[in-house]
Amino acid sequence: MRFSTTLALIGMGIAASAAAEVPSARQDQLRDIVAQDCGSCHGMTRKGGLGSPLLPEVLAAYTAEGVTETILEGRPGTPMPPWKTMLSRDEASWIARYLMGEVK
Amino acid sequence: MSRPLAAALAVMLLAGCAAPLRGTGDLGVVVERADGRVMVVESTTSSVLASVPGLGDLSHAALVYSRDERFAFVFGRDGGLTKVDVLTGSVAARVVQSGNSIGGAMSQDGSLVAVANYTPGGIKVFDTASLSLVADIPAMGADGKPSKVIGIADLPGRKFIYTLYDAGEIWIADLADPAKPGLRKFTNIGKLPYDALITGDGRWYLAGLFGEDGIALLDLWNPDKGVRRILDHYGKGKEALPVFKMPHLRGWAAAGTEIWLPAIGHHQVLVVDKGNWTEKARVEVAGQPVFVMARPDGRQVWVNFAVPDYNLIQVIDVPTKRVVKTIEPGKAILHMEFTPKGERVWLSARDSDKVVVYDTETLEPVAELPAVKPSGIFFTARAHKTGL
Repeated sequence: MRFSTTLALIGMGIAASAAAEVPSARQDQLRDIVAQDCGSCHGMTRKGGLGSPLLPEVLAAYTAEGVTETILEGRPGTPMPPWKTMLSRDEASWIARYLMGEVK
Repeated sequence: MSRPLAAALAVMLLAGCAAPLRGTGDLGVVVERADGRVMVVESTTSSVLASVPGLGDLSHAALVYSRDERFAFVFGRDGGLTKVDVLTGSVAARVVQSGNSIGGAMSQDGSLVAVANYTPGGIKVFDTASLSLVADIPAMGADGKPSKVIGIADLPGRKFIYTLYDAGEIWIADLADPAKPGLRKFTNIGKLPYDALITGDGRWYLAGLFGEDGIALLDLWNPDKGVRRILDHYGKGKEALPVFKMPHLRGWAAAGTEIWLPAIGHHQVLVVDKGNWTEKARVEVAGQPVFVMARPDGRQVWVNFAVPDYNLIQVIDVPTKRVVKTIEPGKAILHMEFTPKGERVWLSARDSDKVVVYDTETLEPVAELPAVKPSGIFFTARAHKTGL
């Protein structure tokens, strides 16, 4: 009992620290960036456009780290630009997990 | 109540119910992209006449008008094609014709509307009266793969010209007999043509290339000469910045004998001599240009920018090629549209949830209209312009 409580607390601690990476006000902005700015190429519903679809089932083929890297560095040879001048690594990581359905 | 009085009252009531007659030449449509809705607006009084919901995913929505300027054909990102009656403010017809579309064009005679699709790639052509499908033309490149279609425009006759993004080809579809569309293909035009435009006279079709420098040019008065490359320096070059939003080539401005266009990945607007297609000048601007649009008289060019500079608008004086004013009409300016003779320009401020109207002589704001996440603004005067 005591053991499982400790585990649960550790679990909560991890969840809390992940959420703490990006303040909730900034999360609102990031959701907006995903809808509006990513949406310019990938569609506001993320079904794709000039850019590829960003639906969770499509991104399931990639790791969150890989998606984060793509956001930060772009995809050379395609119109996908590097967003590192506008987003921190924590923010890009949050967006990757948001797109993959791991955070809301 | 006497019978004659009752009859007179009934006549008055009936007359009161009927909408007064009006024209559509000063009307337009503003896309409210996030809500799948459009507003019908009137530019004479800067007012909203109607709100029309139910148009699906309108991110990157575009539209063309019927030749009587009554109906807007709205192309949605979800493949929806909606015919909106701007007089009644209602949906006249709607079909979901593909999984993902980008834009369309109206035939010269107004009988056909063509939609350019991403998924599956190709064009579909519809009868403008009934919205029934008259032709379905896949876009299979010479490489044997399906391609996204961009940059569609109307040509004289029942023809449409468009570009295959993945395959790097320009096609002309001839719908003189819709049952047997004729196709003419120009292959190997360059890598990743991301948008294209046709000049207002219908002669020159230009496709911007993302995958390499330069622009693919087709002279439609002499199509047998094929596609040639112009402006070898146009493009990202070696010291390009990341491009956070694709420039829109339909915004390319023709002002007199000059064409003004957005540089890619540079904070510059390029001035090109129309006809010999050489660069005449570069104008330094505040960010990466997205739309570079001439006032209808060609005296001014207005420029908006990609994120993060998209709260700014700059106005360039064409004769002196200088920025004469930088304005901040609101947050995230996505689009602009001049009134038919250019005395005013409407700007959509997406993140300020409003449309702002400027006087183009004083360069001061004169009106504001609330709008939810507005994007494209389209006035009915487009109905009579090739390529719009």
